[in-house]
Parts: sequence; structure tokens; C-alpha cells
Amino acid sequence: MITKVAEVLDEPGCEHNRNKSDKDRKKGCTKSAQPGAAAGGCAFDGAKIALQPIVDAAHLVHGPIACEGNSWDNRGAASSGPLLYRTGFTTDLDEQDVIMGGEKRLFRAIREILDKYDPPAVFVYQTCVPALTGDDVEAVCKAAREQFGKPVIPVNAPGFVGGKNLGNKLAAEALLDHVIGTQEPDYLTDHDINIIGEYNLSGELWQVTPLLDRLGIRLLACISGDARYREVAWSHRARASMMVCSKAMINIARKMEERYGIPFFEGSFYGISDMSDALRQIAGLLVRQGAHAALLDRTEALIAEQEAVAWERLLPYRERLAGKRVLLITGGVKSWSVVSALQEVGMEVVGTSVKKSTQEDKHRIVELMGQDAHMIESITPREMYAMLAEAKADILMAGGRSQFVALKAKVPFLDINQERHHAYAGYDGMVNLVDRIDKAIHNPVWARLRKPAPWHVAPAAAPTVTA
Amino acid sequence: MTLITKPRKACTVNPLKMSQPIGAALAFLGLDQCLPVLHGSQGCTSFGLVLFVRHFRESIPMQTTAMNEVTTILGGEESIEQALLTIYEKARPRIIGLATTGLTETKGEDIEGVIRLFRGKHPEMNHVAIVPVATPDFSGSLQDGFGKAVTALVRELAEGESALLSGRVNVLAGASLTPADVEEIRELIEAFGLVPTILPDLSGSLDGHVPDTFSPTTLGGTPLARIRAMGSAEHTIAVGRSMQPAADVLCQRNGVPYTVFDHLSGLEEVDRLVALLHEISMEDVPLKVRRQRSRLEDAMLDGHFHFAGRRIAIGAEADLLAALADLFTGMGATVACAVAPATAPNLETLPADTVIVGDLEDLEAAARGCDLLVTHSHGRQAAQRLDIPLMRMGIPNFDRLGAAHQLNVGYRGATRLIFDAANLLLAHRPEPVPGSVPGDDS
Repeated sequence: MITKVAEVLDEPGCEHNRNKSDKDRKKGCTKSAQPGAAAGGCAFDGAKIALQPIVDAAHLVHGPIACEGNSWDNRGAASSGPLLYRTGFTTDLDEQDVIMGGEKRLFRAIREILDKYDPPAVFVYQTCVPALTGDDVEAVCKAAREQFGKPVIPVNAPGFVGGKNLGNKLAAEALLDHVIGTQEPDYLTDHDINIIGEYNLSGELWQVTPLLDRLGIRLLACISGDARYREVAWSHRARASMMVCSKAMINIARKMEERYGIPFFEGSFYGISDMSDALRQIAGLLVRQGAHAALLDRTEALIAEQEAVAWERLLPYRERLAGKRVLLITGGVKSWSVVSALQEVGMEVVGTSVKKSTQEDKHRIVELMGQDAHMIESITPREMYAMLAEAKADILMAGGRSQFVALKAKVPFLDINQERHHAYAGYDGMVNLVDRIDKAIHNPVWARLRKPAPWHVAPAAAPTVTA
Repeated sequence: MTLITKPRKACTVNPLKMSQPIGAALAFLGLDQCLPVLHGSQGCTSFGLVLFVRHFRESIPMQTTAMNEVTTILGGEESIEQALLTIYEKARPRIIGLATTGLTETKGEDIEGVIRLFRGKHPEMNHVAIVPVATPDFSGSLQDGFGKAVTALVRELAEGESALLSGRVNVLAGASLTPADVEEIRELIEAFGLVPTILPDLSGSLDGHVPDTFSPTTLGGTPLARIRAMGSAEHTIAVGRSMQPAADVLCQRNGVPYTVFDHLSGLEEVDRLVALLHEISMEDVPLKVRRQRSRLEDAMLDGHFHFAGRRIAIGAEADLLAALADLFTGMGATVACAVAPATAPNLETLPADTVIVGDLEDLEAAARGCDLLVTHSHGRQAAQRLDIPLMRMGIPNFDRLGAAHQLNVGYRGATRLIFDAANLLLAHRPEPVPGSVPGDDS
């Protein structure tokens, strides 16, 4: 376990890591949460986020009730078919299990799930308490695999080993160790690709797949949005991979390149030029791998067509949104990938967070926004509230955590992180995003809410900030 | 006495239960200028926080000692110290509620000892109340953790020996109460000229209001000074059987007599409360309250047609379960199945055909043939599969708005519950077709 954590923490493919000195790199990515000032999920949370989108598998959490009971069915990954991934399974350990060990209960739980639900595979998530008491989840999974003849995959990412991002990577390791390469697809084509690190939140993947279909590109496996277990198991036969969310599952992409010679690139479906770039790179890699060069022309034609449509659809928003100021608090790729679309409709990005961004992300921001780009390393909710209350932005685009900071300051808000309810990927998604911004900013409630009550004596009802 | 069964299975499927630490955190969220802290891995806090954010649609102040593998094995003393100092520096709370988790309880930490040591080292924080509570994830449920936190609060903070404050009434507001419920109870008590101290008071913090300023702690709730004075009240009203241990502490240590109400969601129980308030205050029952009672009577008259003979399945924490089972059976319905997430003393007297300590899989199996499913939002998948309406009750309610405004207590709350349940039953009534004319129950 400890070696696994050290291994994924020293990820050669990770840009953050590459930019460190040798000494720092040896330490790995050991940034740990600070007591009393931490926000964000644990490694188990990250592992669950990464694997739960495998929709036909059972996901069994081995731990006390907190880990599953407090969090199940709360992630927005969509399925085009099976719904078993939305069933919450947990060993719900009690005092007795903590004292006597929970391995037997875990084994029985696996059998119950196979008997009652007959899934193609069971993922078993280790959590802090049984990790501490020494339950050997790997051994139990092995025994279950042998006895029941079904894949039972240990996911060894107890919460206390680190944050969500580490959990993503440990989940990826579980796939590499136990799933990828264990099945073969019925047939192969020259146009088979994997998409890695895309979770199909709000069905975003489906804004992209029709375009792939039009190019004759087959999505052999998405890891793991709307995936079936068998697809992940045979993903090693793809000709090329796209890695979506920059740092979440980089180890899968890199190791599949090492083991199976599948080249990959890092790209994004957010933003019009990024979407085009992604299609171009997919086509380029496939042709390099032996697909017919005509794919390149087909791709360019599709890009030209789609971009023209998208820009035309964005045009009407220019008038309504020009000069509006956006505060963008998000992570990594999104810190710049949506900026160009926002600028295209005339919006001004008054600040963008770079806490999770790589050096390259930052270069892109400067390219887009100029040297004066307001890059925010970290911002407390109080500072954010102050900024919004002082009307320094017309809208906050951020993750759900910040929603109420904006709303209580009576400033429009748009959720662009994982709990969002709208899909913003691809060309349609970007139009969708701008449309949601327009609807948020121009909602008549703001004028009404900002008007003071008739008996209010102060000249304005703008909220004030006290330290 | 009802037979309580616990299915023999190793795997909990579709949990009804949530854990003790977040129950404790919820209780702490009803205190003024408070910051709840879970002593565990950062995920323990994060999951609870997301759950409450989605339920209340509010920012939730909640922190963590961010235990990792190393600090867990070496002991959490330093992490607790660092967390408390950081929180004090950044948020300046008046109260810090510190709840342990499965992780730190498995290690077996002496959290009270740690706080004693901390007090010795950091006199600058003497004016900040720090209330530790042991809430392992591997026993009990949200309601139990909530109850333990309330007990810890009165034990740590309520001062004895002070003079009796005439007209002062304590209310121990159990985990089943919404901010709207707390508000209703306050209004009822104030209508008799009494002054209630409500612990915890979610109506001050999580009622969904727009504050004038940003606060890194809770936005309102029971003030520290009022908790300290609870030992001087005339009487304690405990709402929910889970509040009895806390009422006991106030009785035994401070001599405050108490009355326990299993719930306040039906005519008889609210009548009992009104009678008690009348007795304590020696005031007449106000006209407004009499009118509310009369309206509830009318709601019962209009509603009973729709409940008679109906079969209802309920999954909820024990206090809420008691309230709903009592109300529905009192209207002529049958509670075909009641599922509680954990054992509790009042399960034995539930008016239900079967009582199961279990999960939503058990509830779904037992609800076959029922007309209405009553549980929290996680029941949505089961209700869909069963093709019966779902009445959302309890935490979490993340797929409908207004959870904080849901009123379930007092004459008005009971009226609302009757109408809402009846309306769901009505909306789901099949239209008559030749060959199968449903019974006339209008």
C-alpha cells in the first residue's frame, strides 16, 4: 500500500512533478491537508468518483456507515443503461467488526451482491477503519474471485492516505492491476480510441460521442463515464487515447502507453478551440497508428462546420454579455479552457484561480488574458464574498461549495464543477454554458433582490463585509 | 409490543443510516458562532458537509482535524491542537464542537484528556467553549450522534447553583426537527408569555436567510450564555425520545424537571404540550392556538377518508418514525412497515405491523403493495421501482427545495403533514375504468 502511494505520488507524467527539483520529486506530491483549514474530499472519495461511473458494476464500500451512508448516490455521472452503480452497497461495520475484524463480513457481502444482483464485477473500496484494524481487502477479494469466478477488484484508497486526486490515481492503479487487459473485444477497427478521465457528469460525454460517430471513430472505452465493465477490461486494444482531466488519471494513460503502446494526448472538451483541438489530435494519433489519412480531412471538415455553427449560435449573446465581468474559480484545465469562449462573446474575466493549474495552464492564461491576467492562487470564502459584495464581478463561476457565497452576496452564480446539472462539453456545451450565463446574469430576480425594503433607511442594501 | 427484526445480512444495501459524527455536527450547527470539527480524515467532514449543503442549500461551516495515516497511528493530539488554533485564528468562534469519528475511535483516543492538556497550554482560548463528544461511525446513527452532542453540551456548559429564572423554559430540540419546527415551537411557547431557550436552535442558523455579512462560523443559533443558563430554567421540554438523556442531565445536575414528548406531530401530543405550557405559565390558551387546533381537527376530518385502509411504509430515524407512524395510524392508515437505521428505545411501542432495523433495500422489499413510501430523498429510486409516491421526510432532502421550511410539528405542522400525505395519495389514485372501479373514498 505504502509503495503504491509513493509510486503514484511520483508520477513522471505529471506536469507539477516534472517541474520540481530531483529532491522535491523524491518527496513526491506529499502536500497534505492542514488541520482546521482543510477543504475537499479524501482519497476514498476520489477513488469512488473515478470508478463509480462504471455503471454495470457493483461498488461495495468496506467501512463503517459514514463512508457510503453519508455520500451515496450523490454524484452526477449519467448512465445510458444499467443503474446498478447508483445502488449503495456497504459492509456498514459495527463495533464487533472493528474488534474482531471485518473480513468475514466482507466476504459474505460480496457473495450476497453476486447472488442478488449478478453484476459483471464488484469493486471493493477499502476505508480508514478496516485499514487501521488490518482487514486484508486484497486477500478477501482474491478469495472471492477464486470461489465465485467473477472479477472482484480491491480498491485500496482509504481516506487517510490523502486527498481526492490521490484517490483518483489509486483507483486508476486498481484498474491497471486488475481490470485492463483481462477481456478482448469482439472485433477491432483502425479507429478505436479510449477516453480517460471523463466521468460523464450530466451526460457531457454524449455531447462528444455523436461527433466521434460522424467521423467513424469508435469509443472502445471511456474510463470511466457511462462505461460497462467489459469495455474497461478490453480498453488495452485501443489505437489511441485521449486523457481528459489533466491530472486525475494520468497514470492510466502513461502506463497503457508503456504496456500496450497506446499513444495518448492530453486534451479538453471545454471550449470551442479546445474541442476542435481534441478532435484534431484524436484523428492525428489514429492516422499515425495506421488509420487512413482521409480521416484528417473528414475531421477538418467537421471542425469547420461545427465551429461555424457554434460561433454563429454564440453571436446573439455578444450584445447581451459584452463587458460583463466573470470571476472564475475552478481548477486546472477549466481555468483557461472556457476563457476563450467567454472572451468571444465579449465578457471580461476579472480573475481566474490557478491553485490546481500547471505551469502550462498558467502560460495559456497569460496567452489569453495578457500579462495582467488576475491569477488567484487561493481565495477564502470571506475574500470571495467581499469581492462579490463590492460588485467586482457580474457572475461567479465556480464549484458548488462557493454557490452560497455568491448568492448571499446577491450575485449570479453558475456551477461548473461536478455537481452541475447542465452539460457544457463540446460545441453544443459551450453554447449551453454561455446561454446559462446569460440566463443567470439577466434573471429579473437580481434587480428585485438588490432593491432595499421600503422602510430601509440606508441608501443601498448592498451587503457589507466586516472582518 | 412490536416485534423488531434485524435482517441477517452482511451487506447493507441503499443505506437509510447516516453516521453519528455528522449528527453531532448538525447539533453544533444550531449554536451561535459555532464551528463543528470532526476529528477524523478530511473525507469525514467533506461528506457530511456536502450532505448538509445539499439538504439546506446553505454554506455549512464545518472543519476537520485532517488526520492522515501517520498522525492516526501516532495519535491525534497535535492535529487537534493545530486544528483548534487555526480555527481560532481564522474564524474566532465562541464554541467549537469536536466530534470524534470511526477512525479516531478505533485508535482509541482520549479526547477529553487532549482538551484538558490543550486548555493548560492555551489560556488565550479560555473564553472559547470547546465541547468534545465521542461519536464513532461504527455504532448508532445520525440521531444518536445528535443526541450525544446535546447531552455533552448541557453537561459541559449548563451551570448549576444559579437562581431560578421564572418563565424560562428549556427546549431540547431533537434531530428530527427542521428549522421551521423549531420556530413553531418557539412561537407556541412565547404565546404563553414564556421565554424558551432552545438547544440546538437550527431556526437561527439554517432557516435559509440572507445575512448582512459573511461569517465563517454559524450565522445564528443558541447563544453560549443561554446554554450556560439552562440550569436555571423552570422546566425542560424534550422533543423526541432521543433528547431524554440530555434532559436527565439537566434534571439530575441542575434540578430542572422535564417532560419528554415522543413527537409533536399529532393532536394528542400537541395538546399535551399546550396543557403543560398552560400549567407552567398559568396563562389561558391563546385564541390563536385554539384556532390552530380547530383547523387541525378540520384537517383530520377532511383527511381521514384518504388514509383509511391505506398502507404506508416508512423509513426514518426513530424519533421521526414514531411521529409519522403515530400520525398516520391515528388517521386510519396502516403502517405496513417501519424501518429505522438503528435501534432505539421507542421502536418497541411503534404502531406498525413490522419494525425493521435495516436499510432501504429492506424497506423496498416490505413496501410492495403499499400506497405511499415515506423516507428521505434516497428513497427516490425505490419509489420509482415500486411505482408509488414518495413523501420526502428527514435528512437528506436534496432533490426538492425548502427542506428547512418543512413544518411537521404543532397543530399547523400536523395539518400540513396530513394534507401533504393525502395529496400524494390522491394524485396517485388510478382513474376509474370499466371493469375496475376503485372504491369511492372521497
